[in-house]
Amino acid sequence: MTTTASTPGAPALELREISKAFGAVVALSDASLALERGSIHALVGENGAGKSTIVKIIAGLYQRDTGDFRLDGQSVDFTSTAQSKAAGIAVIYQEPTLFPDLSVTENIFMGRQPTLSLGRIDRRLMREQALGLFARLGVRIDPDRPTQGLSIADQQIIEIAKAISLDATVLVMDEPTAALSGVEVDRLFQVARSLRDEGRALLFISHRFDEVFDLCDTVTVMRDGQYIDTSAIADTTVDEIVRRMVGRDVTTLFPKEEAVIGAEVLRVEGLTEAGVFHDVSFSVRSGEIVALAGLVGAGRSEIARAVFGVDPYSAGSVTVGGARVPKRSPAAAMRLGLALVPEDRRKQGLVLESSVSRNTTMAIRRSLTRFGLLFSPAENRAAREWASRLEVKASALDTEVGTLSGGNQQKVVLAKWLATNPRVLIVDEPTRGIDVGTKAEVHRLLSRLAGQGMAILMISSELPEVLGMADRVIVVHEGRITAEIDRADATAESVMFAATHQEVVA
Amino acid sequence: MSTVTAPPAPSRLGSALGSFVKARETGILLALVLIVVVTTAKNPNFLFSNDGFRDLLLTPSILLLVAVGQAIVIITRNVDLSVGSVLGLTAYLTGRLFIDIPGIPIIVVFFAGLVFGGLLGLINGALVAFAKVPALVITLGTLYAYRGINVLWTGSDRINASDMPKPFLGLGTQSILFIPVLTLIAVVVLIAAGWYMRTQRGGRELYAIGSDPDAANLYGLSVTRRVLVAFVVSGALAGLAGVLYAARYGTVNSQAGSGFELEAVGAAVIGGVAIFGGSGTVWGAAIGAYLLFTINRALPILGVQDFWQRAVVGVLIIGAIVLDRLLARRQSRKLVEARD
Amino acid sequence: MTDLISGGTATPRVYKDYSRPLWQRILLTREGAVYAALVLVIVVASLSVRNFGSPITMTYLLLDVTPILLIALPMTLVIITGEIDLSVASVVGLSSVVLGTLHQGGMPIEAAAAAALVAGAVAGAFNGFLITIVGLPSLAVTIGTLALYRGLAVGLLGTTAVTDFTEFWTDLAKSKIGGTAVPTVMVLFVLLLVVFAIVLHFTPFGRGVFAIGLSSEAARFSGVHVERTKFILFVLTGTVSALAGIYYTLRFGSARGDNATGLELSVIAAVLLGGVSIFGGRGALHGVIAGVLLIGVLGSALRLANVTSDVINIITGVLLVASVVSTSVLNWVRAKRTRPGEPRKTA
Repeated sequence: MTTTASTPGAPALELREISKAFGAVVALSDASLALERGSIHALVGENGAGKSTIVKIIAGLYQRDTGDFRLDGQSVDFTSTAQSKAAGIAVIYQEPTLFPDLSVTENIFMGRQPTLSLGRIDRRLMREQALGLFARLGVRIDPDRPTQGLSIADQQIIEIAKAISLDATVLVMDEPTAALSGVEVDRLFQVARSLRDEGRALLFISHRFDEVFDLCDTVTVMRDGQYIDTSAIADTTVDEIVRRMVGRDVTTLFPKEEAVIGAEVLRVEGLTEAGVFHDVSFSVRSGEIVALAGLVGAGRSEIARAVFGVDPYSAGSVTVGGARVPKRSPAAAMRLGLALVPEDRRKQGLVLESSVSRNTTMAIRRSLTRFGLLFSPAENRAAREWASRLEVKASALDTEVGTLSGGNQQKVVLAKWLATNPRVLIVDEPTRGIDVGTKAEVHRLLSRLAGQGMAILMISSELPEVLGMADRVIVVHEGRITAEIDRADATAESVMFAATHQEVVA
Repeated sequence: MSTVTAPPAPSRLGSALGSFVKARETGILLALVLIVVVTTAKNPNFLFSNDGFRDLLLTPSILLLVAVGQAIVIITRNVDLSVGSVLGLTAYLTGRLFIDIPGIPIIVVFFAGLVFGGLLGLINGALVAFAKVPALVITLGTLYAYRGINVLWTGSDRINASDMPKPFLGLGTQSILFIPVLTLIAVVVLIAAGWYMRTQRGGRELYAIGSDPDAANLYGLSVTRRVLVAFVVSGALAGLAGVLYAARYGTVNSQAGSGFELEAVGAAVIGGVAIFGGSGTVWGAAIGAYLLFTINRALPILGVQDFWQRAVVGVLIIGAIVLDRLLARRQSRKLVEARD
Repeated sequence: MTDLISGGTATPRVYKDYSRPLWQRILLTREGAVYAALVLVIVVASLSVRNFGSPITMTYLLLDVTPILLIALPMTLVIITGEIDLSVASVVGLSSVVLGTLHQGGMPIEAAAAAALVAGAVAGAFNGFLITIVGLPSLAVTIGTLALYRGLAVGLLGTTAVTDFTEFWTDLAKSKIGGTAVPTVMVLFVLLLVVFAIVLHFTPFGRGVFAIGLSSEAARFSGVHVERTKFILFVLTGTVSALAGIYYTLRFGSARGDNATGLELSVIAAVLLGGVSIFGGRGALHGVIAGVLLIGVLGSALRLANVTSDVINIITGVLLVASVVSTSVLNWVRAKRTRPGEPRKTA
């Protein structure tokens, strides 16, 4: 694909001093990035650093407020995704968006199908082209089957096939390996390298440093919406990158108090659900923080949801304080003292369009009734108390939680569950998408709760958080527990090794 | 590992035959044939009398048109409840045109019906596509409004057969090679619609929009334009059906077409068009329309009082969606197993 | 009270109860708009249409509108959870036929009425079963049961009607309270209204209903019994529709299979006009009552002014469309204020 009058020597894609704000929230200020052809460029930063905003600006979903956006030296201004696609940019999101009812081939060519006379779609040619694309990528996928039911890995390959068929010069991959197994990751990297060798420019966004160092040649670090640094991979180390990402010493972020560890409260035995997790057994004691570590997609959230009763399981048992927790009933789990702060705050943890008051009291609403009736003053009183205790920043109790910041939203979810006075608190990615200050508050909170005797099961994909907070680390790989590591023995290496391999000798 | 080996490109005839046999459309076609056979066995007049055969082919062709339009709309994950009222309005318009403009060419009247229906559909489409309001509610509102306009316009009048030119009414009863003219018109429309939905980019985009509207937006498909067109087509086909209605029945009062919308949705659902969009064909909807009508005619002969017709329709619709659901569950389970 | 984060006894943060002053909370709502429209119509009608203010008009208005009022109560809850029930009018017909057939067969009317109620509950339970257990979309299911139940009703009775109901009951259906113009049946309605209003707005169950409509996933994660709640609502809808059917039959003294055909559209139109969002999660019963009355008053006034009922239909249709378009606009405004998580679509 040729651009009109490209400036020789200019990067394939360049962002300079981009800023973007949503109302009062500044998502990006002074963000910069230069992608060269024939290179795989990593973009790293904590959650909330602004990476996904940059991706959306590149894709044409958002428009920048200020700054320069150039393709091959030419300034561009996309107002739609169609425009950025036409300019040769392809974005592969973490969750591919395909049309489930349509075939693989149709998905690849939708809107651009090859045609015969009278505008008829040339299905035979389309199928051949699809097979050709797959051959080029070195994969085998049935071009005639509907995309429904395909694994995320295959769906991503189809997205890449789409990008190639569009002859994209810039490919952005947003956390592509989050849901992939080891073999699938290798396949993806092979594909990426061959695309690079063809002279395209790839942007690789990931949290996994081993992958970044394996695949990429350049890395740009962002923090709090700002550009920090770009360096060649060969010239830097993981520690340096982490330091630039975090901007301060890692250790002071996680104030874990000492807690008295008491009797076993939660016991999970042989939990199994075909294709999701297998023979999962562990326990959590009062005062303990147990981390469930592993790669995204390992099945940890699924285990948590099964324990809490949102998802089913086919074998095994869950007991709290010796009492058996019935399957498939969050209400029963709540009665026995379980609480789950879910992974997806916006869709699972909160009713976004409802008020702070309603959200905070949602789990305890039955206990606030008088003669079976529920009145706003009672709700407000309880909401006020718990929002206060968690220092939720909101102006009024009937403010819609959807308008709060990520950190405050998470506090509302925590308030909701802490109000139920649980014995076991399960938190899934407690600090994802939260600003650094609130992150520290949440960690202090969890630490204090453990100190008060609560049993805490923490699912986290952020190694520093796991290593800093946990008394014990249980590592999950593809639905199975591969290691159980005490705090003293837990290192980044030992945890990551167990997270990426089938069987581990402890 | 999760890839599936691409099968060796099967003989195209073989794969076409295979998917034909498994298709929903084949199933209901067989059901239709079965019912005709059984009923004819009980009473040969059902099929073999002059009137019987013709009526079986002729009357459902009106519903066929409406069902095809409805299927197109449902495939985009919308619904059009106003088609019955559109049919009624254009049927009355047809009569009025013949009365008020004597000597008006019949072809002009056909054209007028199409355009008028298309305009009514455009109103629906604009509100759904631009204002992003759920189609269910919009077309509920226009169902009311259009019917009200119809009654207002009709007053206490009624169009009688004597008001319309004989050649026009003749269309309603004539046949070419044993196939009624109206049926031929409907079949031509069906073939055109089926061809478009299968072979044209626009048709495939309609499926994409219904399959995942968010993905369609991300792909950059012109969702607004396609949805608008879908509603215009639905309205136009309902308009055409109105003209055919006037030709077939000759008498048109203000209640013409009442209830057609639900029958059209029923026909589409029975014909395999998923209510959530993204799958199904206009062929299925067409066969569904014929199946519904034929069952209604067959029931009295088979010993079921025709009072139970509606109940049978209800059972069919429910049966169709339950069947769809079970099949979908089984298919997704198989697809997941194949991948693991 | 301990601050859980800093650990000390922090002074509690100050939160206002409400972010808007009272007058805004009352007037600048969807319900406020419907009330305003209702008042406007009543005033204009009283001034310009002769006989509008007469007691007889009001009596007949209320008698006519009672089935819609009754069914609108559970229908509101169903729509708030994000579902819909198009089969209600067919249940009215079915219960009417059950009442008529059993009574004609010799059963005392009280027992026949009870059986009719049971029939309605069973019909609602069947809907609920298909929707919550089999997992089918409510639009498709209730289109099917609309045909099925109406078909059963017509099938049972054919084209005949049962008309031998004792005068006691038919008079009671049409009677008024004391010397007022208010029909006796209003007592029944007000009772049900109070119960439904309390359940929806002042109980944990009702909070659950709203939560399901706004985010059924989040509701499930918080322990709300999503399927059970929806099932109960569909059973309620069926039962109340049957109750409306009993009233309808007694008021006109005639049980027919095609009683109340098309009523579902009036009910849904009234509910949506009353400020309930078709997307679910929002609405209030008092607004719905105002919506029903708005349609009723408009119809009554126009009829008295010798305007034909078709114009009323046109107006109803246009009002419905306008109210939903305005809901959409409100949603769009609201979405713009929410934090990003959703891309602001530029395409």
